[in-house]
Amino acid sequence: MPTAAGSGFAMVGGGGVGGGLLENANPLIYERSGERPVTAGEEDEQVPDSIDAREIFDLIRSINDPEHPLTLEELNVVEQVRVQVSDPESTVAVAFTPTIPHCSMATLIGLSIKVKLLRSLPQRFKMDVHITPGTHASEHAVNKQLADKERVAAALENTHLLEVVNQCLSARS
Amino acid sequence: MAAAAALEAVAPTGALWGLVQDFVMGQQEGPADQVAADVKSGSYTVLQVVEALGSSLENPEPRTRARGIQLLSQVLLQCHSLLLEKEVVHLILFYENRLKDHHFVIPSVLQGLRALSLCVALPPGLAVSVLKAIFQEVHVQSLPQVDRHTVYSIITNFMRTREEGPFVEELFEVTSCYFPIDFTPPPNDPHGIQREDLILSLRAVLASTPRFAEFLLPLLIEKVDSEILSAKLDSLQTLNACCAVYGQKELKDFLPSLWASIRREVFQTASERVEADGLAALHSLTACLSRSVLRADAEDLLDSFLSNILQDCRHHLCEPDMKLVWPSAKLLQAAAGASARACDHITSNVLPLLLEQFHKHSQSNQRRTILEMILGFLKLHQKWSYEDKDERPLNGFKDQLCSLVFMALTDPSAQLQLVGIRTLTVLGAQPDLLSSGDLELAVGHLYRLSFLEEDSQSCRVAALEASGALATLYPVAFSSHLVPKLAEELGRGELDLARGDEPAKCSRHLRCLQALSAISTHPSIVKETLPLLLQHLCQMNKGYMVAGTSEVIAVCQSLQRVAEKCQQDLESCWYFHQTAVPCLLALAVQASMPEKEHSVLRKVLLEDEVLAAMVSVIGTATTHLSPDLAAQSVAHIVPLFLDGNVSFLPENSFPCRFQPFQDGCSGQRRLVALLMAFVCSLPRNVEIPQLNQLMRELVELSCCPSCPSSSTAAAKCFAGLLNKLPAGQQLDEFLQLAVDKVEAGLSPGPYRSQAFTLLLWVTKALVLRYHPLSSCLTDRLMGLLGDPELGPAAADGFSLLMSDCTDVLTRAGHAEVRIMFRQRFFTDNVPALVQGFHAASQDVKPNYLKGLSHVLNRLPKPVLLPELPTLLSLLLEALSCSDCVVQLSTLSCLQPLLLEAPQVMSLHVDTLVTKFLNLSSSPSMAVRIAALQCMHALTRLPTPVLLPYKPQVIRALAKPLDDKKRLVRKEAVSARGEWFLLGSPGS
Repeated sequence: MPTAAGSGFAMVGGGGVGGGLLENANPLIYERSGERPVTAGEEDEQVPDSIDAREIFDLIRSINDPEHPLTLEELNVVEQVRVQVSDPESTVAVAFTPTIPHCSMATLIGLSIKVKLLRSLPQRFKMDVHITPGTHASEHAVNKQLADKERVAAALENTHLLEVVNQCLSARS
Repeated sequence: MAAAAALEAVAPTGALWGLVQDFVMGQQEGPADQVAADVKSGSYTVLQVVEALGSSLENPEPRTRARGIQLLSQVLLQCHSLLLEKEVVHLILFYENRLKDHHFVIPSVLQGLRALSLCVALPPGLAVSVLKAIFQEVHVQSLPQVDRHTVYSIITNFMRTREEGPFVEELFEVTSCYFPIDFTPPPNDPHGIQREDLILSLRAVLASTPRFAEFLLPLLIEKVDSEILSAKLDSLQTLNACCAVYGQKELKDFLPSLWASIRREVFQTASERVEADGLAALHSLTACLSRSVLRADAEDLLDSFLSNILQDCRHHLCEPDMKLVWPSAKLLQAAAGASARACDHITSNVLPLLLEQFHKHSQSNQRRTILEMILGFLKLHQKWSYEDKDERPLNGFKDQLCSLVFMALTDPSAQLQLVGIRTLTVLGAQPDLLSSGDLELAVGHLYRLSFLEEDSQSCRVAALEASGALATLYPVAFSSHLVPKLAEELGRGELDLARGDEPAKCSRHLRCLQALSAISTHPSIVKETLPLLLQHLCQMNKGYMVAGTSEVIAVCQSLQRVAEKCQQDLESCWYFHQTAVPCLLALAVQASMPEKEHSVLRKVLLEDEVLAAMVSVIGTATTHLSPDLAAQSVAHIVPLFLDGNVSFLPENSFPCRFQPFQDGCSGQRRLVALLMAFVCSLPRNVEIPQLNQLMRELVELSCCPSCPSSSTAAAKCFAGLLNKLPAGQQLDEFLQLAVDKVEAGLSPGPYRSQAFTLLLWVTKALVLRYHPLSSCLTDRLMGLLGDPELGPAAADGFSLLMSDCTDVLTRAGHAEVRIMFRQRFFTDNVPALVQGFHAASQDVKPNYLKGLSHVLNRLPKPVLLPELPTLLSLLLEALSCSDCVVQLSTLSCLQPLLLEAPQVMSLHVDTLVTKFLNLSSSPSMAVRIAALQCMHALTRLPTPVLLPYKPQVIRALAKPLDDKKRLVRKEAVSARGEWFLLGSPGS
C-alpha cells in the first residue's frame, strides 16, 4: 500500500492536524450563505433542474477546515464565483483559495473537495479541482497531485488520510 | 448531653421501643418511616424517640451508635417542622458534639444536621455554630460524594435565609473546588443526573451572594482565559448570573480584567456560543453598573467602563478592511443595550463616527455593513422611552440619518435598499422624530419601492411591510400622499385592463392592490382603501374591463388582507363587514341572475375559485364581530337566502327573484357557499333566525344532483352549524334528519356520492366535538372502504376528517374543536382499520391502507411513535402498495422510527434496504425524497448490521445523484455521504 508521502499527499507532517500551533490562528471569518430558497420550479415534478454553480457550491461550502472549527465557506476558501459547471457537458471546475500562501493544508483541502464531489456527483462528470491562480506558493505541484487519479485513489487507501478527509466531510455536530 | 441524660430517666417500653430495636439491632429499614409517621400523628414526641433510642446512642460499638443516630436523623428529616425552638437547641448541641465521633457515624450526623438546617424555629447564631463545628471537625473535601452533598445542602439551606457571616472564604473554598464542573454521567445512572444539572446547581451557589465576589471573580477570569471551551462558557454564564446580585462595589477592582477577557473572546472566538455568552456577560456587567446605587462620594464606574469599551472598539469601526467591525459593533451594542444611560453614552459617541464612515466608503456592500450597524444602535433606542422630548438623544442626528436612509433607498444594491427600509421603519417608530417633510419623502420612496420588478421581490415585500408599520403611526401622511397615488394607479389599471393590455400592466395592477391592502393598518386609512377596492370590483362587474379570474381573485385577496388587519379593532371590523359583505353579496346575486346579456365577469364571479376567494373574505370579515353586531347582520343575510329578501343590498333591483333553495337556476344555488362563509363564522352564541327551515333546506340541497360544488357547500354549511349547536333535542332532530338522508342516499341510486359527502362532513362536525354519535358515523364511513364504488373516496375522506379546514369548522370561526381529537380518533379507530385491512379482499385492501395512512400522517410524531412498533408489520407491507399517498405516509412513519428505535428496525434491514431503494426511483418526487431520507436514517442502525449492504447501497445511490429534480439530488447526496462514512475511519 502506498504511503501518504509516497502518494504525494505529504501534507500531514509537523504541526497542523495532529495538534500543536495553528498556522493561521486568527483567520478572517465570512458569513455563511443561507439555505438555497426552494423555488416553485424546483417543486414542480415536471421541470428538470440542471446542476448549477450554486448546487456545486452547496456541496462543498460546508466541508470543515482541517484545522479550524470552521467551514471552507466561512474561511472564504471556496466561493460560488469560483465554481464553473456545465451540466450538458458533464464538467465541473472548482478553484479554491488557501487562507495563506504557504498553507500546508492546501492539498488536503483540495483532496476533501475532490472526494466530496466524487461521492456527490453523477459518474458522468469530469471534475477539476485546483488552486485559485496566484494564491499559493506550491500551486502547480498541488494542482498536479489533485489531477492525478491514481494518486487520489492511493491517498484514499491511506487510513490516516481517509480519516482526516472523512472528518472534514462529516456533518458538523 | 441533654439527650443522653433524658435517656436514663425512663425505660422506654411498648411499640416505640420495639420499632427502635428492629431498626437498630434488627437492621430493618421499615421502622424508621413508622416511627416518623407516629411522631407526625402525635403518638409520641421527638423526646420520647430520643429516650427510646437510649443506650444505642451510647453503645461502644460505632456501627450501633451510627444506626441509632440514623434513625433519629431520618425521623427528624420528616418531622423537622414540628420541633420547638428549645428542642432544636438541644438537638443541635447533641449533633455538633457527635461530629467528633467515629467516621462511621458522621454520615448520619450530617443527615440530622441537614434536617435541623430546614427548621423554621432555628434560633439566631446556631447556623454559624453548626457550620463552625462542621468545618472544624470534618474535612469536607475528603468526604464521600453523598456526604459532601449533604454538607452542601446544609449550607444552601442556611444561605437561603441566613447570613453566612464569618465563613465566606471556607464556604467558597468547599464549593468552588468543583468549578468548572467536569462530569460525564455514568452509563445506566439510576439518578439520571446530567452535567447541566450540576452546572446549574453549582452556579446557583456561587452566584448566590456578593460576598463571594472577591474570590469568585479572579477564578472566573482565570477560567475564561483557559483553553477549554466548556470552562469558558461556564465562566461567562456564571459571571452573567453574578451580575444579578453584584453591585459596583464588588465589580470595581475586576472591571479592567473582565473587559479584557470578554473582548478577547469576542474578537477571537471561533465559537458562536462563546461569542453569545461573552456578549451576554458584558450586557449584564453594564446593566449591573448602571443600576448600582452610589454613595454621594463614590465615583460612577459606568462612565469609565463605557469609555474603556469605546476606546478599544471605536477604531475598529473605522478600519478600511473592516476586519473587526462586527465583533466591535456587537460588543458596543451589548453594552448599549443594558440601560438608557449606557445607550446614550455609546450612541452619542458612535453615531457621528458611523455617519462619517458611511460617506467615506463608496461601495454598496461596505455602506450596507455600516448602515446595518447604525440600525443596530437605533433599535436599541426603542427599548427606552424618554419623557422629555428635548432629551431624546437621536434628535441631533435626525437630518443626517434621514439623508443617509434616503441615499440607501435609491442605491442600486438591493441589499443596501433592504437595510435602508428597515432603518426607515425604526426611525419612524421613534416618537416625534420625523418631520412631515421627512414623511412625505419617505412615503414617496415607499411608493416607488412597492412597484419594483419581480427580481427585487424581497425589497418590495419589505417596503410593503414598512408601509404597513409606518401607516399605523402616521395615517395622515399616508392618506394624503400615498392613497391618492394608488387610486390614480388603480384607475390607470382599469383602463389598461379595459384594453386587455399586456401582462406587465397586469402585474402593476397586482402591485397596486397589494400596496392598498398593506397600508390598511389604521382605521382612517381603511375608510379610504376599502371603498376604492370595492369600487374597483364594481367597475369590473359593469363590464368595462376584460377581467379574468385571476384579476378578480387578486382584488378579493387584497380585501381579505384588509379584513385581517381590521380584525383587531372592533370599529374597523364592523365597518369592513357592513361595507364589504353587502357589496360582495349584491355583486354575486347580480351575477347569478339569468340574463340575456352576460358580461364576461358575471360568469367569472360564479367560478369555484372566485367564490372560494369571496368565501374567505366574508369569513374573515365575520369571525371577529361582536355578538350583537353579528345578530344585526344575520337578520339580513339569512332572509336573503331563505326568502329572497334583497332590501339590504346596496344595489337591489334585479330582473328576477333570488331563490337559491327553491327551483332557482344553478347559478343561484352556487351562492350557498357565501351563506356558508357567513353563518359558519358567527360566534356560537349568535342566534340564527329560521334555523329549522335553514337546516332542512341545506340537507335537501346537499343531496340534490344539480352541481357537486353547491351540494358540497350545503353539506359543509349544515355540518358547520351542527358543530356549534348545543346538545339537546334540536340537535338530535337535525342529526336524525341527516342520518335518514344519508341512509336513503347511500342505497343504490343516483345520489350516492352526494350522500357520502354529507355523511363525511357530518361525521367531521361530530368527531371534532366528541359527540357520542361520531363513532357510529365513523363506523359507517369505515364500512364504505370496502365499497367498490365509494371505497377510494372513503379512504380520502379520512384525510378530510383529520385535517384542518380553512373555511368551515375552524377554531377561528368559533367551531367546537377539541384539541386532542386526532389522538382520540387514532385510538378509537386504528384497531378497526387494521382489522378491516386483514379481513378485506385484495382489491379493496389499498383503501384501508390509504385511510390508515391519512390518520397516521396527521398525528403528531411524538404521539405516534410509541404506537408504531405494533403497526410495523402493516407498515412494511404498505411499502409494497402502489399508491403514492400510502407510500409517502408509510415512509414518513418509518423515518422517525429508524431514528428512535434502531434496534427493532435492524431486524428488518433487508426488506427496508430493498424497498427504500425501489421507492427512490418512484415517479413521484415526494416519494423519492422520502425514500432517500429513509436511506439516510438507515445509517443510524448499528453499523455491523449495515456493512454487508454498504457496497450495494453506494452503487444504487449513484443513480438518484443524477435525478432530474434538485431536491431529490440533495437527499441522495446526504444519504450517500453518510453511507460512505459507515465503518470508515474518522467518522
